[in-house]
Amino acid sequence: MLLRHTTETIRERKALTVNPAKTCQPIGAMYAALGIHGCLPHSHGSQGCYAYHRSTLTRHYKEPVMAATSAFTEGASVFGGQANLLQAIDNIFTVYDPEVIAVHTTCLSETIGDDIPQIIGKAKADGKIPDGKYVIHTNTPSYVGSHVTGFANMTKSMVDYFAEPSIPRGKQINLIPGFVEPADMEEIKRITSVMGIETILFPDTARVLNGPMTGTYRMYPEGGVTIEELKRTGGGMATVALGQAASGAAARALDVKCKTPCHILDLPIGLHATDRFVDTLRRVAGVNVPECLEFERGQLLDVIADMHQYFHGKRVGLVGDPDQLLALTRFLVSIDMHPVYLVTGTPAGKKFKSALREAVKDVPAEVKIQVPGDMFLFHQWIKQQPVDLLIGNTYLKYIARDEDIPFIRHGFPILDRVGHSYFPTLGYRGGMRLLEKFLDALLDRKDRDSTESGFELVM
Amino acid sequence: MSSIPILKERQQQIHRTGEEPFTMTCGQHSVAGSVSQRACVFCGSRVVLYPIADALHLIHGPIGCAAYTWDIRGALSSGPELHRLSFSTDLQEKDVVFGGEKKLYRALVELIETHKPKAAFVYATCIVGIIGDDVDAVCRQVSRETGIPVLPVHSEGFKGTKKDGYKAACEALFKLVGENPVDSVSPRSINILGEFNIGGEAWIIRDYYRRMGVEVVSVMTGDGRVDDVRRSHGAALNVVQCSGAMTYLAEMMKEAYGIPYIRVSYFGIEDQSRALYDVAAHFSEDPAIMKRTRGIVREEVGRIYPELQTIRARVGGKRAAIYVGGAFKAFSLIKALRQLDMDVVLAGSQTGNDSDYKTLRDMCDDGTIILDDANPLELSRYIIEKRADLIIGGVKERPIAYKMGIGFCDHNHERKIPLAGYEGMLNFAREVCRTVTSPVWRFAPARQ
Repeated sequence: MLLRHTTETIRERKALTVNPAKTCQPIGAMYAALGIHGCLPHSHGSQGCYAYHRSTLTRHYKEPVMAATSAFTEGASVFGGQANLLQAIDNIFTVYDPEVIAVHTTCLSETIGDDIPQIIGKAKADGKIPDGKYVIHTNTPSYVGSHVTGFANMTKSMVDYFAEPSIPRGKQINLIPGFVEPADMEEIKRITSVMGIETILFPDTARVLNGPMTGTYRMYPEGGVTIEELKRTGGGMATVALGQAASGAAARALDVKCKTPCHILDLPIGLHATDRFVDTLRRVAGVNVPECLEFERGQLLDVIADMHQYFHGKRVGLVGDPDQLLALTRFLVSIDMHPVYLVTGTPAGKKFKSALREAVKDVPAEVKIQVPGDMFLFHQWIKQQPVDLLIGNTYLKYIARDEDIPFIRHGFPILDRVGHSYFPTLGYRGGMRLLEKFLDALLDRKDRDSTESGFELVM
Repeated sequence: MSSIPILKERQQQIHRTGEEPFTMTCGQHSVAGSVSQRACVFCGSRVVLYPIADALHLIHGPIGCAAYTWDIRGALSSGPELHRLSFSTDLQEKDVVFGGEKKLYRALVELIETHKPKAAFVYATCIVGIIGDDVDAVCRQVSRETGIPVLPVHSEGFKGTKKDGYKAACEALFKLVGENPVDSVSPRSINILGEFNIGGEAWIIRDYYRRMGVEVVSVMTGDGRVDDVRRSHGAALNVVQCSGAMTYLAEMMKEAYGIPYIRVSYFGIEDQSRALYDVAAHFSEDPAIMKRTRGIVREEVGRIYPELQTIRARVGGKRAAIYVGGAFKAFSLIKALRQLDMDVVLAGSQTGNDSDYKTLRDMCDDGTIILDDANPLELSRYIIEKRADLIIGGVKERPIAYKMGIGFCDHNHERKIPLAGYEGMLNFAREVCRTVTSPVWRFAPARQ
């Protein structure tokens, strides 16, 4: 038993996180920055930070992940990192020639108190930033929030730096997809495209972190939102943001800065959330929902109807980031499953916790919720009373193995499987894929555990 | 791609063998703004100490450092698995303002009470160094109260390179050495240093020495145990693998206990055999050891040789690029690849020193590219220029290789099978063969 050290008795821990269900801000900022075309993310801190972020993103996407670092030394930590960042900006434009450098801070540079806008200003004044190129920044202290906060902060910085209030109001809708897979971003664009809506989606990691094998190594793959598009978000008719935790800040900033009214929705996971997404788009863009989407919706409903017997009453434990956790929980409740243990590592606040509580109010079982919590506590709950299905990132595999529970990988990071970056779980089609995964896991288990006489061919 | 400029500061870190003069600059901190493949001090300490399975490893800092190093590489244990959990003080903003000492104290006491480890390592991360927590004092206090060694590891990320992290780890380990009685230790005994049992290598090597009649007192740190480290000063010889990681501890043990050390590599037939013969030679007063060693080498080589010949015929003449952490590993890889009749066209490391690079130059054929602390653009540029068929590297190099349509072999954290020892050589040959002869490359668009 790999987790034999998990104790069954729960005692309150005040000073300690064991087996975290989160990581630190900078990696989220790095991921968001990779969703700008021609962007080189830059980590203003020690060399280790960006090495870990790059390794983790590489393991998750199985793609090259580029970023630069200020490579702090003891001197920089005493006298501030200005010299390092100035040299870095100069070197990066000379050698790697990106369109934009997206600087994020670390616990180290935050604690020292480096003033990044001032340093960027100095780089500009010294002529280190070539014409037509940009350096943007966001603050991502690792001791606040989580990787989701870092993603939200960098996405908001895209608005702060680029969105132009003076651009005349256009027809397009701004879409902020949240901390989701490249495949999900692609799916959102497909949905809006079949609805005939002009959109700008940011950040956009599709075709950046799920690209084809071409025989060449490209430092800047073809995908990503362009600077030009980011500027035009200021003239958007409206902004539709998915996920309060990852996208709320940017949507509100755009509303304040450019008077672009925002609609902050759940991630469109499952039937109802996708309905609300599609309906919001229909209303703000003044279009009709095309038949093909209604068809997909009908198919999703069809799968739920066909297999509802197998979903009924199944106890599910979920560990995930706030936006995913809430949307998945609502989806599970809607198909008659019982999400009973809910944990996110992100300190997402009381409002979030009450939204979760509200989502499970009709579940006829005791539902345990911990915000922020960790996987050690989650495992202790399971030891006390098991579940039928686990949903979460790869780190749940230890619990799945020890407790012999079917497990579906969803969220970040997924270090041991492929597919997540190619096949969406958002939208009606994404919902069908999730159902397929639920059923595969549950029915494989049923087949394995059935008695010989109870073993069924047709299910 | 071939026109990418090289940073002026980096020109001295790249050499083409056969060209003069040879002035390799290395051991330097990476240039700010570089896309280096290197990591930090904390990373160095963490990888060295992590395999000690019955110790508590508590990371004092914000959550990231603990999250990214949670079971990221195999460090196989034949017993406890405490090291595979991730413990963090998860410092928050208020801790950064008011200090994290109380939190650290409470976390340690709580964990030691729950898990009853044999010792605890406390890793100081970047901001601990900045906010000025007195980690040493907290460790001393907890050690007094709980009766187990609680060892601070000064691994603040910015305090140097990964190598400095190895050093910090060695200093922590050294505090354990000498704590237990050594009466039962044989005079024909060794410690294995710098072997981390990522894929089960420590078990293979331990077994060779056992068959030779040599007692292995401790492996530091593969499948490591606190009590073994505490009596490791009873060994007659330290056998150190890898250039950087644990030579420092061997030096300290030589100084304090007069234990001599030799440097070895367990990779490839030639180096593995030398690692056994050198130990046997050290115990020359017992000729039976050398006799048994010859027998083992004969038997083991005989076992793998026929299949190696078959593989050699399939991969012979293919070109390989090596980019690894320590240069010492590169030496062994070059020899092992030669055994397979492959050509090494590029050899680089993240942390090599001057004499390492001289050795590399002398080992390699003319025209081989030698790189220190390379970035992905440089790597891909030279790999294309040299038309490599295989890249040997770590996690960040893998997708670059695959994007270019080139075979890849992980010789770092993510290897799943042991590559050390004789059977390790066979595993390596099989893996190289699998990847360079994979049919997928036939479908790869032509490299530019």
